Amino acid sequence: MTRCLVGVRGILNVHPAYTSVLVDFDPHLLTHPMAETLVRRQWAAHRDEAAPEPRVIEVPVRYGGEFGPDLRDVARHTGLSVERVIELHCGADYLVYFVGFSTFFPYLGGLPPPLATPRLSAPRKHVPLGSVAIGGAQAGIYPLASPGGWRLIGRTPLPLFDLNHEPPPLLRMGDHVRFVAIGEAAG
Amino acid sequence: MTGIRVSRMRVISPGFLTTVQDLGRFGWAHFGVSASGAADALALRAGNLLAGNAENAAALEMTLVGGAFEFDTDAVIALTGSDFGAGLPMWSAVEIRAGQTVRCGATQSGARCYLAVRGGLAGPKAMGSASVHLMTGVGGRALGRGDVLEIGNDAVRQPRRPAPGVPEFLRQALRHGPQLGMPRVTLPRVTLPRVTLLRVTLGPQAAWFQDELYTGAWVVSEESNRMGIRLRGPAIPSPSGHMITEGVPLGAIQVPPDGQPIVLFVEHQTTGGYPKPANVISADFWRLGQLRPRDEVRFARVAMEHAVELLRDQEQWLYSLV
Repeated sequence: MTRCLVGVRGILNVHPAYTSVLVDFDPHLLTHPMAETLVRRQWAAHRDEAAPEPRVIEVPVRYGGEFGPDLRDVARHTGLSVERVIELHCGADYLVYFVGFSTFFPYLGGLPPPLATPRLSAPRKHVPLGSVAIGGAQAGIYPLASPGGWRLIGRTPLPLFDLNHEPPPLLRMGDHVRFVAIGEAAG
Repeated sequence: MTGIRVSRMRVISPGFLTTVQDLGRFGWAHFGVSASGAADALALRAGNLLAGNAENAAALEMTLVGGAFEFDTDAVIALTGSDFGAGLPMWSAVEIRAGQTVRCGATQSGARCYLAVRGGLAGPKAMGSASVHLMTGVGGRALGRGDVLEIGNDAVRQPRRPAPGVPEFLRQALRHGPQLGMPRVTLPRVTLPRVTLLRVTLGPQAAWFQDELYTGAWVVSEESNRMGIRLRGPAIPSPSGHMITEGVPLGAIQVPPDGQPIVLFVEHQTTGGYPKPANVISADFWRLGQLRPRDEVRFARVAMEHAVELLRDQEQWLYSLV
């Protein structure tokens, strides 16, 4: 749906999420009925096209310590050892459901259920760039320093976007992600 | 001497917060990148049209207190939006002489003033737009003292002088005197309250809400910025429904559990999980860009068909400039 609408004249933005697609159109060029017809026509014409080959991207992570200040809390909440949390987190296959929030943020499905941990009661004002995080049953990575309420368990040195690359974000909808532990876990 | 003579303007002082803006970068929301662009796009477009540019040319957006800009060459500019006391005609093409400095001061009306220069600003573009996205740094940063901006050569028609007049709706909104500004900025105190009526259409979760949004009055919080306009006032009861994160557009009014609405603005997040009772209409987006901290805001519901008519009227006025 996104691929068949981005770049169509009159369509400004298309934003897929879990159960919705937001279509932002230029009211100078299209009316509501015209936009709806356009969306239905594009969808009918392209719905059978194969999705691009799924890519698998390995994301190196330094777990714990200053890189993952909430790792111990996640272990405590889940009743697992720190080592087991890392093992489970690295053992899963994650799917990028969509990208959004505050620029290039990948929403990852596939977090092993035992690792689910509620968000912080008050969000941090500053989450460092590259933080690998758990928010409830979701996993994510902060591509930029920003405020955020997810539990930080590690950090990746891998840049998640390059403005000189087309398209800029490393992780895109439909990609698969595997986390790989690097360095010593600081616990 | 060989080579092309490049025209430049130098930032003598940047003012409180001055950025390069065009109409924004579209087509990137599915990567989490909102459009950014001019906070009062109507003023930016008008300034460009008056200066003889295409509407989308890059220009300066000043916030609350303007800067001083020295031109090394003859130039034609247009100042639009709120009057920042430059001592030059607003809403008109104005000729500037080589060596002249345009000095803006504190706002005498709303939050933003635009300085469009004939030929446009020729800086680099990121992802198709010159607009600075302050929160992420996409497109650059706010201007600093000593920055030099290259003036482009992309004028498309004759400049317009004098202005054919500011329409009544703009006059109404812009004539109120200054109030207190942001904490670090001292502005003279006046007594006139600024009340802005924002027209809205129903949002995707409108059925979850009663009429509180339309009966109360809110004050613009000093925590507001280009990401969102935070309002303080009577708490809107937090609805009980369960939200799944979804895409959110410019002008969406979201109500977090504390009941204090936030109007998503040009640098908004692209996804959100708070319910949205209403959305500001496109014809009133420019008003959002002129809101200042402590301004009062009220909301009125209009039918979608009426919202489209209002936008059409506004476009007619805009194109009467050229």
